[in-house]
Amino acid sequence: MNTETLKRTEKKIDSKMRITGSEAIVRCLIAEGVNTLYGYPGGAIMPVYDELYKFQDKINHVLTRHEQGATHAAQGYARISGKVGVAIATSGPGATNLITGIADAQIDSTPMVCITGQVGSHLLGTDAFQETDIIGISTPVTKWNHQITKASQIPEVLAKAFYIARTGRPGPVLIDITKDAQFEAFDFLYEKCDGIRSYVPVPNTDPETLKNAAQLINSAKKPLIIWGQGVILSEAENILRAVIEKAGIPSAWTIMGASAIPTSHPLNIGMVGMHGNYAPNVLTNECDVLIAIGMRFDDRVTGNLETYAKQAKVIHFEIDPAEVDKNVKTEVAVLGDAKKTLQALLPLLNKKVHVNWLQKFKDLYKVEYEKVINDDLYPVKEGITMAEVIKEINKQSRGQAAIVSDVGQHQMIACRYAEFNVTKSNITSGGLGTMGFALPAAIGAKMAAPERDVVAIIGDGGYQMTIQELGTIFQTKVPVKIVVLNNDFLGMVRQWQQLFFDKRYASTEIQNPDFVAIAKGYSINAKKVTKREEIASAVKEMMASKAAYFLEVSVEKEANVFPMIPTGASVSDIRLS
Amino acid sequence: MEEKQLYTVSIYTENNIGLLNRISAIFQRRHINIESINTSVSEIDGVSRFTIVISVGKEQIKKIIGQIEKQVEVIRAYYHTDEETIYQESCLFKVKSDLLFEDGHIQSIIKESNARIITVNKEFFVLEKSGVRNEIELLYKELSAFEILQFTRSGRIAVTKERMEISKMLEAFNTNYV
Repeated sequence: MNTETLKRTEKKIDSKMRITGSEAIVRCLIAEGVNTLYGYPGGAIMPVYDELYKFQDKINHVLTRHEQGATHAAQGYARISGKVGVAIATSGPGATNLITGIADAQIDSTPMVCITGQVGSHLLGTDAFQETDIIGISTPVTKWNHQITKASQIPEVLAKAFYIARTGRPGPVLIDITKDAQFEAFDFLYEKCDGIRSYVPVPNTDPETLKNAAQLINSAKKPLIIWGQGVILSEAENILRAVIEKAGIPSAWTIMGASAIPTSHPLNIGMVGMHGNYAPNVLTNECDVLIAIGMRFDDRVTGNLETYAKQAKVIHFEIDPAEVDKNVKTEVAVLGDAKKTLQALLPLLNKKVHVNWLQKFKDLYKVEYEKVINDDLYPVKEGITMAEVIKEINKQSRGQAAIVSDVGQHQMIACRYAEFNVTKSNITSGGLGTMGFALPAAIGAKMAAPERDVVAIIGDGGYQMTIQELGTIFQTKVPVKIVVLNNDFLGMVRQWQQLFFDKRYASTEIQNPDFVAIAKGYSINAKKVTKREEIASAVKEMMASKAAYFLEVSVEKEANVFPMIPTGASVSDIRLS
Repeated sequence: MEEKQLYTVSIYTENNIGLLNRISAIFQRRHINIESINTSVSEIDGVSRFTIVISVGKEQIKKIIGQIEKQVEVIRAYYHTDEETIYQESCLFKVKSDLLFEDGHIQSIIKESNARIITVNKEFFVLEKSGVRNEIELLYKELSAFEILQFTRSGRIAVTKERMEISKMLEAFNTNYV
């Protein structure tokens, strides 16, 4: 490590003392304010676990049942709290099991630090037992990674790890520490990192771009805002709301941006993207100025780029310069942290209303309501819809619950119909689409925000990818609420098979076990609902439960999620059936 | 598809293990073939310099530079066309020695190409030539009539006509954080 790369200004938090590398690691975590971490022990990380044992009163290690679960729990923790999530694992398989969660955190910009043990430095490159090149493996899916082979490197590298994970566009950092470095004694001194010379977390904002953006917005007849998770990450919710209200702009959100502005806000016109709302998707191709805030024009949002918002002038508020013009050409790019740039923008905006333009959204909402939403929420057919379960949860939680969704049909339904009144309430795997995310993420979320109701909405497929984490719930007694919407299918894939593969249901039908019995095996209160009239009382029982609760709802087997933009189609060609 | 052209990418970085992997992954992920790559120290103490030659489109090169600069340990990345740089490659030829003395032609090739004989012994001699790709290729062609025992060519190294204000950037960092 080149110590010149770090500049230290913060107060020393500990006078020099001679301790082992492993104790130093735990002391660094405590110094960074970590009070909970998720992990799984093993040979190459045992010295650290020995220290975690000694520091139990200061730092709570949660034993997950699989290292992937540890990463998702750390993600859930980070997503609901805005703090850095921490996961820890041993070398070899322990480290490789972290990769899915790390990749998920990378693509969804989640601050996370992963610590892995590594074989002794004299064994590196010898194919030793449980040796794997985790630095090589994790490079493409981490914001930064580093291997430590000397105890003396630990304080500086860990300080850097936390700094990089949480600043700028957040992301996952992996630190691999050889076993000999964990054993080695050295003079410990911890200083927080507050700058790295090669790293610019937040680019400077050119005031000219703000002026140009304001001018475009002020002269727009049909402006449309699409905000993403950047708003939540920079805690710009209130200032965004002020901007929206002052300029009277209909505003839509990406899946990762959900909950930043309450669902019921009159200018909140819903979700964009493949299974988003009809109006914002269709009218993306009619707006004259498109204002993108903290979002990255993912292909699930834009559909075919060749036909995406070609008529519009695009303004992009963005913290990551590499996102500008990556997918959509911008007229004005306002670089910087969304909270600061929106604060600077607000006084430059004219107070406006766009009555006729807003009416268009309302008209198209009516179309969507009649063709899709009404049948989803108030079905007359026999089978239970996923949406009516979400509706009941909304009602009984008074829209205050944090919804942790997995990946698939239930995820789209949850995001479409969940009522959000509190920010950081939609925790889902948006970019990577990681089945198995929700159960462990809900554990982490509930631990970070014990005062909140955390409801995991999961499909029967994804549930079984990390079902072992019921053991973590059993052992820690973390009171999460788990709802499995069971259609005995890998529903989203089945939907595509129905629409695009002539109903050839290749490997999408699942024979499921008795989920209630499994939950009860872990001493978790559990109930299964098969009839519409039972939903309300079951949800009531779940919401009232002080302990963890499992609710399985048998939903209609072959229902589809609409609206839908078929892959490669234009946003305005969104299908309602 | 955009029209491709040759770009020299110059990257100033911290000198850390693993960074080469991180940078090459950016190209690999996008199916971009690296024409040549060279890493060395730079004019600044402790700062490394990568010189990478790739053939890509105008829009793509900007996106790639963005992805490179996004890496935590990259200080700055630049891209330039051939016209904007002064560049050289270097190569070595190993040729049988007997020809050197028996064939006058080979001596005139060496002279005219401004190549340099580095070593001569009874069995072989080694010729070094620096220049642009065409010059090296021409020499290769001329020498291929004689038996080339070994040939190797380095990646491009280049300096730019415009200034690169890395030192200033680093100084600014130091003043801001003291």
